[in-house]
Amino acid sequence: MLGQLETTYVQYLSPEGKLSVAGHAVWNQLSAEMKISFYRWMSFVRMFDRRSVILQRQGRIGTYAALEGQEAAQVGSALALSKEDWIFPSYREHGVAMIAGMPLSQIFLYWMGRVEGCKPPEGVRLLPPSVPIATQIPHAVGAAWASKLKKETSVAVAYFGDGATSEGDFHEACNFAGVFRVPAILFCQNNGYAISVPFSRQSASPTVAEKAKAYNFPGIRVDGNDVLAVYDVMKQAIERARAGEGPTLIEAVTYRKGPHTTADDATRYRPASEVEEWVKHKDPLTRYTRLLKAEGLLSDAEEREWEAECKAQIDSAIKEAESSVPAPPEHLFAHVYAKLTPNELRQQQQLRKRGGRR
Amino acid sequence: MKQLTMVQAICDGLRVALDQDPSVLILGEDVGKNGGVFRATEGLWNEFGDDRVIDTPLAEAGIIGTSIGLAVNGFKPVAEIQFMGFIYPAFEQIVTHAARLRTRTQGAFPASLVIRAPYGGGIRAPELHCDSTESLFVHIPGLKVVTPATPKDAKGLLLAAIQDPDPVIYLEPMKLYRSIKEEVPEGWYEVPIGKARKVREGEDITLIAWGTMVPVAEGAAKELEKKGVSCDLIDLRSLYPLDEETIIQSVKKTGRVVIVHEAPKTAGLGAELTALINEHAFLYLEAPVTRVTGYDAPVPMFALEDDFRPSVSRVSEAVQQVLAF
Repeated sequence: MLGQLETTYVQYLSPEGKLSVAGHAVWNQLSAEMKISFYRWMSFVRMFDRRSVILQRQGRIGTYAALEGQEAAQVGSALALSKEDWIFPSYREHGVAMIAGMPLSQIFLYWMGRVEGCKPPEGVRLLPPSVPIATQIPHAVGAAWASKLKKETSVAVAYFGDGATSEGDFHEACNFAGVFRVPAILFCQNNGYAISVPFSRQSASPTVAEKAKAYNFPGIRVDGNDVLAVYDVMKQAIERARAGEGPTLIEAVTYRKGPHTTADDATRYRPASEVEEWVKHKDPLTRYTRLLKAEGLLSDAEEREWEAECKAQIDSAIKEAESSVPAPPEHLFAHVYAKLTPNELRQQQQLRKRGGRR
Repeated sequence: MKQLTMVQAICDGLRVALDQDPSVLILGEDVGKNGGVFRATEGLWNEFGDDRVIDTPLAEAGIIGTSIGLAVNGFKPVAEIQFMGFIYPAFEQIVTHAARLRTRTQGAFPASLVIRAPYGGGIRAPELHCDSTESLFVHIPGLKVVTPATPKDAKGLLLAAIQDPDPVIYLEPMKLYRSIKEEVPEGWYEVPIGKARKVREGEDITLIAWGTMVPVAEGAAKELEKKGVSCDLIDLRSLYPLDEETIIQSVKKTGRVVIVHEAPKTAGLGAELTALINEHAFLYLEAPVTRVTGYDAPVPMFALEDDFRPSVSRVSEAVQQVLAF
């Protein structure tokens, strides 16, 4: 399995924190603000993620899908998008959601089982996490198609995992995207496993990226733990899409350091040596921090300062979510239809009158 | 007003919608150049172009999945699934997304779209072209389900479905596509979703039918009239939401009910109607509510379809049994 994942990909920043020649060129184009932004977001997302796992263990949120290890793939791709672009995520894209403008407190609400966590603020074009695998990919293609028909420049991105590439919806979406040449980016975070099943059991083709060939658009394989490479590849795909050159499939090769969710035990199916290799030697945050420090853009003190700032923001968001007034039982009818039918109105009335559980 | 068949009335409704609402898109298999396998989109591709009347790849989940994305980003897709028996690949998209996006996003990104699908038997079609699985969709909160039985209703219900902000499954009884011609008003008019049509006023028994079974129930009512039995016949038109008021008022008047549907009996819409009547008019009933339906077997190949589908005589017999109870 690891052998397959080591097939060539775009990499600018080595796990040791060294820039390649191409990486230097990209690095020199970036503003100082952007350089620090990659670090800040990845660090913030990681702290949010670790805290969420603790909250789950404490019984304060429900089953949680951790993303640790995939910060670069999410942060690099999301920072390349603009406010006008549409995002159709899967259920592990909390990092993407934050960057898109979803308030942290709402992300916590979602994992507390509250529908209020699904509705983005006005102007944020982010759909709620799509739980059935791959089903959001055709939505992104449809939204991109709409942009094209309206002659707008917005693009749409679908986030999904390696397991999703086995689903019919992935292939139908790719096919529509290719046939109608829509401004969509199909962003696969290949973390090697769909719960327990390795990529070698999902696909006989060694990479996800090469599947794009069948649909006649580019497929690009990138080191998903290299935030610079992800950002640059995503940026190029977005530019192509905006220029009317059609869709791109991006395969960001990464690794989820933890289990599939807090309800999973990954030691049942992943060798410890493999996990150790990714955790110790390929971590996306470690390698980027090394680069920033080597370039003199981040000090230990600044790092600690930022972590304190993250902690304060996360604490405050948890407080806000936990003190949010729970919806009354009859709220389960809210927005079932634009205007509730007499049948729902009657049931809602009954529920209101009787009250919920008991 | 023009005399139109149902399929012509549907085409006319689509033309009016495309003409008056720039957000309307038609997409599906063979809906473009070919004008639809039943000619429901005849001429529209020529008139409105390839960006509004769109031949898609042969992929039902893809059609509905991309329609949801088109709807989220501002269009009103009217997607055609060529036959209801082929809707199942799209079932997941309909149930997990179209039906609940409004709820899940608390109104931010509703999937406002129409899914048209020809359904029902009686036309000697190949295997799996004749399903009547309306209750699968009626069961899903967030969807509306309608089916016309006349050309006039077909156009008006279609335009109401297109105007409706929620996802509407619009089922077209193939058997009736060309069997009736009637005067159909020109331009935009709507038959409200949620309102049944009273086909006949009667005193002795309530007959409830929809889509393909309306002419069958009507045939039985005519036959029974000769025997002195007066039937109150309701064409539901809207399977969700139901016109409870019309149903309950009729049952209170007659005290006897026969429900006719082409779908298999178990967990068909007739079961829901029976429960509804029990809840709201139990003390008015003079006899058990009775169902005349397709059998609990896979829809047969067409050599046996006339034995499967309720007939005028099966409905008449059921009515007489209910009256004799």
